Amino acid sequence: MAQPADLIGRAAAATPKRIAVKVKGMSDTAMAWLFIGPTMLLLLAINIFPLIWTIQLSFTNYRANRPNAEVENVGLRNYERILTDPDVWMTMQTTAQFVLWTIILQTVIGFALAYLIDRKFRGHAFWTTVILIPMMLSPAVVGNFWRFLYQPQIGLFNYIISFFTGVEPNSFEMLGSVNLAPWAIVIVDTWMWTPYVMLICLAGLRSIPDYIYEAAEVDRASPWRQFWSITLPMALPFIMLAVLFRGIENFKMFDMVVLLTGGGPGSVTEVASITLKRAAFEAWRTGYSSAFAIILFVAVFGLANIYVKALNKVKER
Amino acid sequence: MRLLGKTARKAGIGLVSAMALSTALSTAAQANELTLCWAAWDPANALVELSKEFEAQSGITMKYEFVPWPNFADRILNELNAGGKLCDLLIGDSQWLGGSAENGYYVKLNDFFDKEGIKMEDFAAAAVNAYATWPKGTPNYWALPAMGDANGWFYRKDWFENPEIMAEYKAKTGADLAPPKTWTELKQIAEFFQGRQINGQTVYGAAIFTERASEGITMGATSALYPYGFKYEMTPGKYDMEGAVNSAEAVAGLEMYKAIYDCCTPPGYTDSYMGEGLDAFKSGQVAMMMNWFAFMPGMAKDEKVGSVTGFFVNPAQNIPASTLGGQGISVVANTDNMEGALNYIKWFANPDVQKKWWALGGYAVHNAVLTDPGFKDSQPFAGAFLEAMNQVQDFWQEPAYAQLLQAMQKRLHDYVVAGNGTAKEALDGLIADWTVVFEEEGKL
Repeated sequence: MAQPADLIGRAAAATPKRIAVKVKGMSDTAMAWLFIGPTMLLLLAINIFPLIWTIQLSFTNYRANRPNAEVENVGLRNYERILTDPDVWMTMQTTAQFVLWTIILQTVIGFALAYLIDRKFRGHAFWTTVILIPMMLSPAVVGNFWRFLYQPQIGLFNYIISFFTGVEPNSFEMLGSVNLAPWAIVIVDTWMWTPYVMLICLAGLRSIPDYIYEAAEVDRASPWRQFWSITLPMALPFIMLAVLFRGIENFKMFDMVVLLTGGGPGSVTEVASITLKRAAFEAWRTGYSSAFAIILFVAVFGLANIYVKALNKVKER
Repeated sequence: MRLLGKTARKAGIGLVSAMALSTALSTAAQANELTLCWAAWDPANALVELSKEFEAQSGITMKYEFVPWPNFADRILNELNAGGKLCDLLIGDSQWLGGSAENGYYVKLNDFFDKEGIKMEDFAAAAVNAYATWPKGTPNYWALPAMGDANGWFYRKDWFENPEIMAEYKAKTGADLAPPKTWTELKQIAEFFQGRQINGQTVYGAAIFTERASEGITMGATSALYPYGFKYEMTPGKYDMEGAVNSAEAVAGLEMYKAIYDCCTPPGYTDSYMGEGLDAFKSGQVAMMMNWFAFMPGMAKDEKVGSVTGFFVNPAQNIPASTLGGQGISVVANTDNMEGALNYIKWFANPDVQKKWWALGGYAVHNAVLTDPGFKDSQPFAGAFLEAMNQVQDFWQEPAYAQLLQAMQKRLHDYVVAGNGTAKEALDGLIADWTVVFEEEGKL
């Protein structure tokens, strides 16, 4: 018997007869649904259904720790409370500042490192690996590790600052000071995730064809001019992608902050995810925290959408 | 085809039999096992030792789920809320009683106590009130008092009894250096030790609780607030907090706590609870440490500092008072081994078992232990423990306690550690937060 030439025909021929009989006669659309069906079901079960349920819960006073209590529909009351609560706005402000500063630092340092590594100096592969190490560590390990480094009596960080500035090592507390604690977290996040930004930027830099630089050299363009006119514009979509990834990740930052400061001192490092966790799993205000989660989701989703549109425009240029 | 059918039938019967046998074995195993959930700390190890006797007597194998303190409430309350079957017996915090009773997580033990002749009058009244009853103070029992505890103090006896240091203290303050009786004295002593060089090491005044995430700073600050006269309500059960929570005495108590935090704690002591305090004390950093009585047996036996450690009850100010710790043991309503769990409670309530519990390092609150003539001298901290248990005050035990606790943690940390606002503002803010909670609960 001659072998069918097309892929589907060959797949059908290789299929056991009993199954093939059942599949025979199915349309392409039906086949497509058959293949994507399980994934769709899984997606519905673990993503879409919880989302719809969360939306529904956000309009109630439901508490997961009160199984016997009557659940009332409270309309938009949860949303109103959240949006008029100054503590929530403070939390959002803290989150925004945290996201802003980590992104600025990680992008600038990450791009600079990528630019250096792209020069392909002697041992650049070794240094690339070394730079990537922090990114490979678990946030729990990093949090505990830096907690020790920041310890004012025995921590290395304070001694290094003391060595360069002359101030007493135990005269300042990175995690206990209202002014320094937010920066302590920004430093740790930057240390850990700059390599990630560097990797993406490096991919961007390596994707720029050499002949463009060669043409620029022929036109006697200075290195500075080459950087502004070739390197940066061509790497920009990659940089923007890194910013998007880090922005989304840092918006939901939780583990590192909990390990380093627990949201303190006072509430100066209490980011939105910590407030949400406390409302949902400590105070058990399930309805309220569902509304909060939806607000955060809409904020991240909306901002990410606007950003992706901007990213597409940059790519089209 | 018939042969295949027969084989399939045999295989089916075999499979069903195996499943039935496995289910029966599993049920039998459950009937012979009990899982006890508690926090992971020194007394839990003592309980494992004590329970070996129960295992030998009953033939039931005890399993344990001990959760580190910072995650204890999260882990266990999640388990209860999810209707899990992890715990048959639970030694849970006193604050959980209200919620667990109202949500049906614990078994009400009144009938069982009556049937087995277990009398609550045989236990210290304060312990019964705090660890067993809901609504608080009523004869509705949801737990058996298991582990008495209160916040107390550890101090470096060798430093306090050093003639040179004593003379210097006398010269500086005009008072004798001795365990403080009031918070004013405590601050004075802490200030004296702060930054002092002892044995070539810089030492600090006191380790106090400042932890933000769970309950630390509330447990610490209330140890100052209660002796100054802080109350939760003007009229018990009326939730009229104005004038009680923010009274002039309460404000003075909170100011004192902040003053001690500012003047006399080791550097970096901004988010510290039991573990950090123990580390600071054992490493010789602090002259005094606030911590739970539960850690005193372990500290007294510590090879390095056990012999030079003294203990004292929480200092008074306007009144004598201590912050309550400790827990009762409850039967989880979801258990598959109700009979075994109740048998454990019956065994644990036995006066002889309670005496062994104390001897092993558990804080028994049975009168057979506490009223024993030799009790006060049985351990270096026994006298202080008795005194503390007679003056304990507890946090809200309301079903919404977690929300109430979160608000207090935030307000106190904001004022004491972050230095925002005044003590009066912190306590006024706390009333506002608690009012919202009680309004949501329909109690105001």
